[in-house]
Amino acid sequence: MTTTEASPVHDVDFKLELYRSQVALRRFETRAYDLFLENYVKGTSHLSIGQEAIAAGVAAAMRPDDWTFATYRGHAHTLARGVAMTPVFAELMGRSNGLMAGKGGSMHLTSVEHGVMGSYAIIGAHLPIACGAAWSAQYRGTDQVAVVFFGDGTVNIGAFHEALNFAAIWKLPVVFICENNLYMEYTRTSEVTAVTHPAADRAAAYGLEPILVDGNDADAVYAVARTAIERARAGGGPSLIEAETYRHGGHSRADPGKYRPDEEVALWKSAERDPVSRYRTRLLELGVDEPTLARIEADVDAEVDAATEAAKAGAAPGEDLLMKDVWANGGAEWRN
Amino acid sequence: MAELTYREAIARGIAQEMRRDESVLFLGEDVGAAGGVFKGTVGLFEEFGPVRVRDTPISEQAILGAAMGAAMTGLRPIAEIMFADFFAVCWDIVANEIAKSRYMTNGQMSFPLVIRSGNGGGLRFGAQHSQSVENWAMMIPGLKVVVPSNPRDVIGLMAAAVRDDDPVIFLESKALYPTKGEVPEGEIVDALGTATVLRQGEHATIATLGLMVPRALAAAEELAAGGIDCTVIDVRSLIPLDTQTILRETSATGRLFTVEENPRVLGWGAEVASIVAEEVFYDLDGPVVRITTPHIPLPAADTLEDMALPSVERIVTTIHKAMNS
Repeated sequence: MTTTEASPVHDVDFKLELYRSQVALRRFETRAYDLFLENYVKGTSHLSIGQEAIAAGVAAAMRPDDWTFATYRGHAHTLARGVAMTPVFAELMGRSNGLMAGKGGSMHLTSVEHGVMGSYAIIGAHLPIACGAAWSAQYRGTDQVAVVFFGDGTVNIGAFHEALNFAAIWKLPVVFICENNLYMEYTRTSEVTAVTHPAADRAAAYGLEPILVDGNDADAVYAVARTAIERARAGGGPSLIEAETYRHGGHSRADPGKYRPDEEVALWKSAERDPVSRYRTRLLELGVDEPTLARIEADVDAEVDAATEAAKAGAAPGEDLLMKDVWANGGAEWRN
Repeated sequence: MAELTYREAIARGIAQEMRRDESVLFLGEDVGAAGGVFKGTVGLFEEFGPVRVRDTPISEQAILGAAMGAAMTGLRPIAEIMFADFFAVCWDIVANEIAKSRYMTNGQMSFPLVIRSGNGGGLRFGAQHSQSVENWAMMIPGLKVVVPSNPRDVIGLMAAAVRDDDPVIFLESKALYPTKGEVPEGEIVDALGTATVLRQGEHATIATLGLMVPRALAAAEELAAGGIDCTVIDVRSLIPLDTQTILRETSATGRLFTVEENPRVLGWGAEVASIVAEEVFYDLDGPVVRITTPHIPLPAADTLEDMALPSVERIVTTIHKAMNS
């Protein structure tokens, strides 16, 4: 079992950017939750609070033309690729200035121009789709890599196994990243999974090396992702990474997460475990001064505030969008 | 003109497109070295090689996921689902992912892909390898659906499907694979959404599709001998649907019969009947009558399967009775 420790030295600017990214994801999600409570965001939403190091660390290891495939818990993965906050907030609010003009919603964030090739709300569905993108890159010789994020619950659905085998036999440039936050929806994953490490223990079944990483350590995530992405880019085939983490909140908006022991939640929220707090401490230990970090945090807060207001200012989507873009010709006609 | 079988036309249609466009790839179970379990893709592996014609594991979700991911990144894959019944194990990719993603992303993505599959009965394979599923596909917004009935149309509609920028479900009537038809030399390209009038009559109009087309034509011959002269429309494309041809030919005769292989409830003819009722009701001289497989799983025994699928005899009897009542 490979456990990757914190990556070797990077320059401080790189680490400050990684910190900024994690703070942005945290504060975006915190604001998204508030907007729910204020009824600006309807429907449902699945937040990544507590899991930011994975989205941020992996994105830092990707090339701009690489592809991200995310789940319905995909706000963080979308933002981490450089998508601006305003269109994401606006999409959550169902506004015409949303990332998909309000037609997708929280669970389907997509920005092709940023390589975010969709957020998928059916468990496991996007793993084979990511394989297809990787196949396309392989066929066209573009060196692009597909990175696909999913939760621990996904390892028990058929599409996971089909995709892993498929990627392995075709040596596809795809990196599978399991964010093991210990709970599949409302149930502890260990109660419904035959192995201890839901993804890593399955790797051998596909001829892959088991890779476990501390998913709350952005440096460690970055290092392991970089290795896997470079291997994929070089024609070395897929990797399956299990990143151990924890979601601070419930599964979705409707879930207070009461099925989890208080002491467990407290442990994972503690400064020693929480990815953002941990990274902050690490930077201070590396000699970054407090005002530098405070400035990053203030900048992010200002960005979140401005994006919130800009999103709220968007109009509701008009009727012109309703019958648009079922087909590639832009329309929805199915008969003459 | 050359005479080709329906199954030979599959390979010719795919080859025509793969020669023209390097972004066209083909994948599926046993499609390459083995030439397909129905021998519908013989020669493609030899001509285009293992990179463009790829054998897959028995992983229908992976096959269609791969097609979707390839399509969204600029390729034009053709995927085979061996038996249309197997759509049930990968329907999420078809109905939730491929069909919806363009709309959900506000047009950021396109999915120029073709899923071809052996559809329907007539081969005594039993309920899990014989169902006609065109109505499954037809009812999902975002999918186009075609069902060729002869070798020429196999090639022409395959070309139209491959060149279309939207996902097309291409359903091949398995029982038609050995049937022969005249096919012109050179490139054949059809348009989706165009029905063909195969026979013009004055008393009644029959709209049909796929395996039922030759049966409807044979029935029309018998009916004509008895004084009932029928128009026969090969609908060919369910989505987009050439409603205008159906409405026009229905108005011309005043009667419409649909002959459908799919099980009764919500078969494609139900939608056609509803459109006709809404739009040309006052041109009708009698009710629209649907001739379908009953609402049952298809039985395996030849005698039972023959009772279930609309036969020439059942078509003749049903139309004769309706026209004389």
